Amino acid sequence: MEDILRQIIEKDNYWIYITLMMVGLYAIIAKNNLVKKIVGMNIFQTAVILFYVSIGVKKGATIPIIEHVHDTAHTAIHAVDYINPLPHVLMLTAIVVSVATLGVALAIAITVYRRYQTLEEDEILKQIREP
Amino acid sequence: MKILGLIIVVLVGAVLEYATIDFPPLGDPASPASTHVSPRYIEKSIEETAVPNVVTSVLADYRGFDTMFETTVIFSAGVACFLLLRVPPSRRPQRASERQYRHRLTGLTFRIKGGAEVSLPLHEFERVDSIWTPYDFIIEKVCRYLIPFIQLFGLYVIAHGHHSPGGGFQGGVILGASIILLSVSHNLRIALKRMGERTSALFSPVGVFIYAGTGALCLILGYNFLDYQALAALLPGGPIMARSHGIFIVEVGVGMAVMGTMVWIFKNLASLGRYDEGL
Amino acid sequence: MMIWQLDLLILMLVVICGIGALMIRDLLGAAILFGAYSFMMCLLWAIMGAVDVAFTEASVGAGVSTVFFIAAVYHTTRRTKD
Repeated sequence: MEDILRQIIEKDNYWIYITLMMVGLYAIIAKNNLVKKIVGMNIFQTAVILFYVSIGVKKGATIPIIEHVHDTAHTAIHAVDYINPLPHVLMLTAIVVSVATLGVALAIAITVYRRYQTLEEDEILKQIREP
Repeated sequence: MKILGLIIVVLVGAVLEYATIDFPPLGDPASPASTHVSPRYIEKSIEETAVPNVVTSVLADYRGFDTMFETTVIFSAGVACFLLLRVPPSRRPQRASERQYRHRLTGLTFRIKGGAEVSLPLHEFERVDSIWTPYDFIIEKVCRYLIPFIQLFGLYVIAHGHHSPGGGFQGGVILGASIILLSVSHNLRIALKRMGERTSALFSPVGVFIYAGTGALCLILGYNFLDYQALAALLPGGPIMARSHGIFIVEVGVGMAVMGTMVWIFKNLASLGRYDEGL
Repeated sequence: MMIWQLDLLILMLVVICGIGALMIRDLLGAAILFGAYSFMMCLLWAIMGAVDVAFTEASVGAGVSTVFFIAAVYHTTRRTKD
């Protein structure tokens, strides 16, 4: 038991990432307003992207742009000197997809407001149940 | 609902915390994420593609399929927003029910109700949006001078993606943001005159077409789909430089698609589909 | 190169901006706080060495995402009870 506890306390930066994810998830489930739910969805998405980017960090390494390209004597490139670029590639896709999803979600919210004249979830459900 | 949400969130958080026991510590060079395929990408990127920015070469060359379908996803998000909000021009009433006009010299604002026909000398009056913000001379003139430089910077970011952080996505978003700045600082009709609805709606599929067309061109010339070595027959420089040029063409396609979609979604959201007055 | 004090400070600011954007009662204020949250995330990724990701988040968060929110809030209501 102390072994597990010690291992959890060593990796304390993962706590903050999980806290951010849970803040976003709570907003999606429990908030009444539609725009607050959309903000919570975006907080969840950026927290997951933060977690992925933190996997690729290496101690004492530099950014993944290779310098001294035009050396004629080919100095060997060691992968240990550069940060892992693979999570960055996947997360670039994720960020642009998240902004496209935000546009469609806000369009749906505006359409719902045009029909029901309110953005609170409980009032919309009341209007649906008793026409 | 809130208490149920709190219980669910605490349970999921505890399960995720328990899963972090097996994770490697932060900054470990021997972690499983950094040891299988990514050292090969870092070490072979210059010899095989002549592009120093490893992220760009992995995004557009080694993992080119993912980027092509992501561009398609962005285009379909633009189409979805258009289909949800756009009011067709034949069904709208011919004049909006309430318009506002402003006299340029004195700053007085008139409101005309009921859709009446009005003939005003246009060099003295200009139309103002209903979401009324006070007219500001400084913002309008400063933004008018800044916008060409922002567009130049966006084009630089797309073209210089091989050697510095940047590439197709970032440059496309900056170009789209310049048109949004024009619409926010002046009014929507001036932005529509500069970049009409058909133009901004055509940029996105043309960008997707450039990307998929490059892949199909490589297929026609005898190699695999999206294998840029096939372009060595058409472009000077040999197979390695042909991969670098292929990455550049594909980045231009991605930039066009992203720019068209950002402007299209903004125009639909800001004017509620009616395209006559907005933010 | 991560100085742990700076890292911890920006992480705290990120969590405060995130919780603040969800608890404020004015939807326009929520949109502005969301823009600030996005900018703090961009700084965090630039510290960790992910320069491409930070560039994308800066241009998307400050240029486009905040403007979409404000356009949606102007065309619906601005007050909320929750």
